[in-house]
Amino acid sequence: MAKMSMIEAIRDAMDVKMTEDRDVLVFGEDVGYFGGVFRCTAGLQEKHGLHRCFDTPISEGGIVGIAIGMAANGLRPVAEIQFADYIYPAYDQIASEASRLRYRSNGDFTAPLTIRTPVGGGIYGGTTHSQSPEALFTHISGLKTVIPSNPYDAKGLLISAIEDNDPVLFLEPKRLYNGPFDGDHQKPSVGWKSHELGEVPEGHYTVPLAKARKITEGNDLTILAYGTMVWVAEAVVKNMGISADVLDLRSLLPLDLDAIVESVKKTGRCVIIHEATRTSGFGGELSALVQEHCFYYLEAPIQRVTGWDTPYPHAQEWAFFPGQKRLTRAVKTIMKAA
Amino acid sequence: MGQSAENKARAERNLSNQSKLFVPEPQFRPGDTPDYSHISIPTNHSPNRPDPLCDAHDTVEHALKLIRVLRFNGETEGEWKPDLSADKMREGLRHMMRTRAMDERMFTMQRQGKMSFYMKSTGEEAVSVGHAMALRDDDMTFPTYRQQGILIARGASMKEMMCQVLSNSGDPLDGKSIPVLYSFKKHGFFSISGNLATQLIQGVGWAMAEAYKNTDGIASVFTGEGATAEGDFHYALNFASTYRAPCIINVVNNQWAISSFQGIAAGRGETFAARGTGYGLATLRVDGNDMLAVYAATKWAAERARNGGGATIIEHYTYRKEGHSTSDDPSKYRPENEGDVWPFGDPVERLKNHLIHIEEWTQEKHDALAEELKKEVRETFKAAEAMGSVANSTQLPDNTMFEQVYETEPDHLLRQREMFKGEIG
Repeated sequence: MAKMSMIEAIRDAMDVKMTEDRDVLVFGEDVGYFGGVFRCTAGLQEKHGLHRCFDTPISEGGIVGIAIGMAANGLRPVAEIQFADYIYPAYDQIASEASRLRYRSNGDFTAPLTIRTPVGGGIYGGTTHSQSPEALFTHISGLKTVIPSNPYDAKGLLISAIEDNDPVLFLEPKRLYNGPFDGDHQKPSVGWKSHELGEVPEGHYTVPLAKARKITEGNDLTILAYGTMVWVAEAVVKNMGISADVLDLRSLLPLDLDAIVESVKKTGRCVIIHEATRTSGFGGELSALVQEHCFYYLEAPIQRVTGWDTPYPHAQEWAFFPGQKRLTRAVKTIMKAA
Repeated sequence: MGQSAENKARAERNLSNQSKLFVPEPQFRPGDTPDYSHISIPTNHSPNRPDPLCDAHDTVEHALKLIRVLRFNGETEGEWKPDLSADKMREGLRHMMRTRAMDERMFTMQRQGKMSFYMKSTGEEAVSVGHAMALRDDDMTFPTYRQQGILIARGASMKEMMCQVLSNSGDPLDGKSIPVLYSFKKHGFFSISGNLATQLIQGVGWAMAEAYKNTDGIASVFTGEGATAEGDFHYALNFASTYRAPCIINVVNNQWAISSFQGIAAGRGETFAARGTGYGLATLRVDGNDMLAVYAATKWAAERARNGGGATIIEHYTYRKEGHSTSDDPSKYRPENEGDVWPFGDPVERLKNHLIHIEEWTQEKHDALAEELKKEVRETFKAAEAMGSVANSTQLPDNTMFEQVYETEPDHLLRQREMFKGEIG
């Protein structure tokens, strides 16, 4: 078992697949010789060749467009969009093309491609390097949206994504690249090497899509989280000394509804936390599902903890970020409710 | 259209700009008498035919000229004249006439309510048929919605095509797509998207995959001139140039994008082919109503792509003789007889005249073939219609709508399938 950061785990997943399968190609802006602005593809070009890991023009629509054509022609492209904030020029190719190709051709053509992109704030990225646009993608039928919270899951989920025969959007919480982050930016950062989920097996393994992971186990409350918020939730549970299930959803679409329902029926209380803006955020969908499936088990109204409905500000980053304080208030409210 | 011709047209129609903002307008609108005497038909016919592996720069002039082979008097002329036997030319003529016969019947049947929608390719048959005949059958084409001639030329089942249009139980797509958005992988015909130009860059990706796999396969992608304004067109030219993708990028300039004339997309650009010059692509501009010229230009570009010379952009200069679709009435925005006076003639007539000129065809044989095809189309449609239509019953189970969203149906769709079951009782 090796100790890896999330960057190394992601790189290792691509390395494993490129070694196993010549159909796997990696490309995007600055991913080739340089190895990517976050270093996720460092060394892949040198090891696997210029024609298997290469730079593209600054053209997100073009990047996803060629990935669709390659995937339809039997390859397994892994395209990187440098920041999720830059994915919008590719939205038409993702929403109207990659996600619809199987359906509109009735299975005649498919697009088994993976799009990797860093999401979330916490690195002073401001409005254009911090966004969490997952809800814009979970609304698209035919697409899968995945978001790991640790190196072990990142590697296993990315291998699953590459092997999946449908298009997968693989969101990488950039604040978690180098270590688990509990939301307290004033504390010295901790690396993954000292965390048990930084232990990553060598070689090939998968983490199934559509399966949640239970981070903590308890009886009084369920917290539904994904990405960076998983570690904020874990810290709040620990600091408050409460007995709670923290579910790391890992895959947003398809979603592990069974795990959610089982937990909420047990605890009777549900807090949903995400970093993305509130209105029409994925929390709205989760809240509706919990209400539909667990209404008679609920002892208090569902609480949502989110970023505000503003662009991600720069100087006010930590006022926007849904950290421990915001989650603690929501937990107190829901625990007080009769 | 030249600037002076356009200004004159504007003045005559009292359309002078009221501000500094310039908005282009076509030369003729309903009620005008169209006059195309300003469009010069090259009399020396064609620019030279360079070696297909020439420097892209050697084709800069070809983007501004017009490759032509068929003269109106039935003769052929110039360096681009392809080496096609009379049999092959008769085959091409038959494919074009068969495409047209099917289009005619489908249009009429749509008017009778048998289907929701249809799109004819009348006047543009030489582009799809000539192009397909010059490619290998396993070269993947990424067509838009007026290249049904590719399917006809590649021997697709007309009944299957009709069942797709009827959205019935014989539709290979199970009614998931609207009429004419065919998908026939077995005939090298990529699933057509209703979103325009998106497939150009996908075709470039397909071609890059062929190169990666070290095959000699190529891709051929299509757009109308109107959708060259989409970003995807520029992605395609850029990526095709950067990675020397073995592909052909076809712009079918049929003058009209629904009601918008080509000047809305063209801006002050020289020609659509010339868009390729700045990207360092080979550029050809061809008389799209001349099947032999389309064939020759395609052969050249395919040879270039197959042998590592990279991509070519071909502008097929033609005219959309009918409405955009069955939902469109072109008499609302252009003169009714504009298509008849279009100076490049009709592609079927032009090839027919050539075959008659070289004594390989007669008007009698032509009329007999037209009659035979009409009969075939009518009978095929009867058989297709027996498998259902939107007019009565498509004979397609509704719950097929849940299939092929993903490879494996996820839980949330299984739950929705159950909800739907409850809805239908």
